Amino acid sequence: MLDIQDLTAQVQQAAATKSPLQIRGGGSKHFYGAATSGTPLMMAEYQGIINYEPSELVITARAGTPLKEIEQLLAQQGQMLGFEPPRFSDHATLGGTVACGLSGPRRPYAGAVRDFVLGVTLINGQGQRLKFGGQVMKNVAGYDLSRLMCGALGTLGVLLDISLKVIPKPHYEETRVLSASFPQMQSLLADIGLQPVPVSATLQHEDQLYIRLSGAQGGVREAIQRIGGDTLADSDSLWHNLKEQQHAFFQQPAPLWRVSIPPMAPAIPDSLYDGQILTEWGGALRWLYSQQGEQIQQWAKAQGGHATCFRNPMAGTHIFTPLPAALLALHQRLKARFDPEHIFNIGRIYPDL
Amino acid sequence: MCDAQPTREQQLQRILTPLQRFIKAENIVTSVEALRAYECDAFTTMRQLPLLTVLPDTIEQVQQIMRLCYELDIPVVARGAGTGLTAGSMPVENGLLLSMTKFDRILDIDIANKTALIEPGVRNLAVTQAAAPYNLYFAPDPSSQLACSVGGNVAENAGGIHCLKYGLTVHNILELDVITIEGERLTLGGASLDAAGYDLTALFAGSEGLLGVIVGIRVKLLAKPASARVLLCGFDSIENASHAIAHIIAAGIIPAGLEMIDHTGINAIEELMHAGYPIDAAAVLICELDGSIEEVEDELTRVMSLLEALDAANIQISNNEEEKARIWAARKAAFPAMARLAPDNYIMDGTIPRRALADVWQRINQLADEYQLLVVNVFHAGDGNMHPSILFDAMDADQHHRAEELGTRILELCIEVGGTISGEHGIGLEKINQMCLQFTEAEIQQFHAVKAAFDAKNLLNPGKQIPTLARCAEFHAMHVHQGEMPFPHLERF
Repeated sequence: MLDIQDLTAQVQQAAATKSPLQIRGGGSKHFYGAATSGTPLMMAEYQGIINYEPSELVITARAGTPLKEIEQLLAQQGQMLGFEPPRFSDHATLGGTVACGLSGPRRPYAGAVRDFVLGVTLINGQGQRLKFGGQVMKNVAGYDLSRLMCGALGTLGVLLDISLKVIPKPHYEETRVLSASFPQMQSLLADIGLQPVPVSATLQHEDQLYIRLSGAQGGVREAIQRIGGDTLADSDSLWHNLKEQQHAFFQQPAPLWRVSIPPMAPAIPDSLYDGQILTEWGGALRWLYSQQGEQIQQWAKAQGGHATCFRNPMAGTHIFTPLPAALLALHQRLKARFDPEHIFNIGRIYPDL
Repeated sequence: MCDAQPTREQQLQRILTPLQRFIKAENIVTSVEALRAYECDAFTTMRQLPLLTVLPDTIEQVQQIMRLCYELDIPVVARGAGTGLTAGSMPVENGLLLSMTKFDRILDIDIANKTALIEPGVRNLAVTQAAAPYNLYFAPDPSSQLACSVGGNVAENAGGIHCLKYGLTVHNILELDVITIEGERLTLGGASLDAAGYDLTALFAGSEGLLGVIVGIRVKLLAKPASARVLLCGFDSIENASHAIAHIIAAGIIPAGLEMIDHTGINAIEELMHAGYPIDAAAVLICELDGSIEEVEDELTRVMSLLEALDAANIQISNNEEEKARIWAARKAAFPAMARLAPDNYIMDGTIPRRALADVWQRINQLADEYQLLVVNVFHAGDGNMHPSILFDAMDADQHHRAEELGTRILELCIEVGGTISGEHGIGLEKINQMCLQFTEAEIQQFHAVKAAFDAKNLLNPGKQIPTLARCAEFHAMHVHQGEMPFPHLERF
């Protein structure tokens, strides 16, 4: 196995010569974010589960550990990762999952990656090995630098070991399907949202609405009475295909946009996209194909959210919604404080970051 | 530089003249008598008078104050309701205390999106009260929720009784409107579930006012569960009580609250509240289950059988809101109850892996004997957040010293078993030395580097939360037991 000394030495060497590094896990989300160059820092060999005690609801593993292995181990104990991360390939690693900060269909109801990260060990841009957070549920000693790593796409440091909170698998799950347009979905969800209905995922596409309910059987049955619709037989494959973007909607070769906005934000104007929209997260996450990236980003921003070109960007597209100047400057100062020689995943989020 | 430090009066005049141009006289406090109200937070053994206190009532005023202090190099300490337990909002000498109490409006409750946009001075409980007509509530519920402000909750990343299931403040906020030390206004996060760029909302949560001043918060609201029932029972040993915690979690049940009270705590509470707690028990466990009616009944049955297998006695289960409130009111009265036992109370906040609960609990009791002090444990057992309270009399210098030493020993113990020195109260000034036990020199330097990205002049709440390396060196030199460094396997500097 690759050891920490090797990794630290590689980072120190890169810092000394100011040569950029490209941190690589399993390559499953290589498409995500802007392209970066530099010598690959291969993390996949730095793998293995360090500690897992089901009654603690905590797992600690090395960054290169395959996500699949972690999820299988948890499943054996009736537990799971609450944020239901996409893998996009069997090679997906824990480190890449945390660095990309992507969460799956359960996100609005259970939390995002950052809500489950309890602690990390990382190598900063000076080649120092640092540990923040821990393996306990609550920890306010020092700044929460472990959550800051979530979604930072490796621009702040090399993740080594990660501790995550895990959750028990729901006792019972059932998916209901009903016909509903986008506005019908919004009014149904606004109505049931004020009650503690155990929704754990939604998908609305082509006038069909799928609602997954998870929890105690009694609670799920109670909710079904209110929601109506029919039970979907093979629901696991629906949610799997959605999470992994194997659903037919995701197969088009055009620029795919991920629009993250408040769930009850209005429908996206027709003029901004081609074809149909696929909506998850009770309306808070909308996927569409569009050639008009800038307008999509402006519209999302006006709703209090943002838009990301997830796949197949056109040349010159801002992959992530540009930040106001003062906020970008703060990002740059923060980056410089972790990575003073400017070597980690340069440009992966924004140019010069 | 060998300039003489300006006197308090000189420093005051430097800032007063420009300040009076945009802040009304009634919102500037300079008299020593009136400043006494701001000299400490709820950790009253540490006090410091500020140079002055300013109570802005608009965001523009906050920006102007920050620009002025930046220009004049005057430190700024933001303060909410002052209920913090670690001297986090204690003023700094010759610094400006920025009281945010006038920012007390709930600007919007967005029922459809289940969020509320509030000012930082809004009281925690006021959010839940305003959301109640829509069957919604704000989940973080620190025991000071009647008085504490949400701005303070964010600064401390406050938890509470229900955070085992519903998370800490960081899990329940979406967006922060903040003012930097240079007076710049930034929006962190957004109305959406994630935002472009770094997760600065998460970084701000628990940053104790060292990175910026919060002037607006978008919080998440949750739908109130249809049913919530509280179970209380006694155990005749600490081991069985600790096993009960592990067994409930291992059974796949996440209670809304899972609390523990030790024998001394039970008796102190019972004497004050007459809540029907079993006074002979070694420990009392309180477990709240919530969800749909059927879900709660199902979990209650499962919890009952786990508890019976561990010889739990005196099991009481709430049948209505009144009974539930009675059980919780008694738990929440733990601190007033302890105040009757001794004049001073040093509350620890170490958090440990649940598996170490029984061991740490017993070792704390042994340490208490060693230091000849009474320690009461009333704590959030479900998430391993211990709150041993060291009872002492601060007027007795020797007792005071022993209490501080014992506190450090307890926190060392928490670190030794893989835990942390603070789960939810924060570091402030009160636990700043113990930061040197938990973090290495390089880690502390990284914290300072992060602060410098926000506040290069070190003017925001300086001296709190992150110790200087010099301070750590001094602490390590002083803090040696019987000629031996404690826990030599821990990295030192």
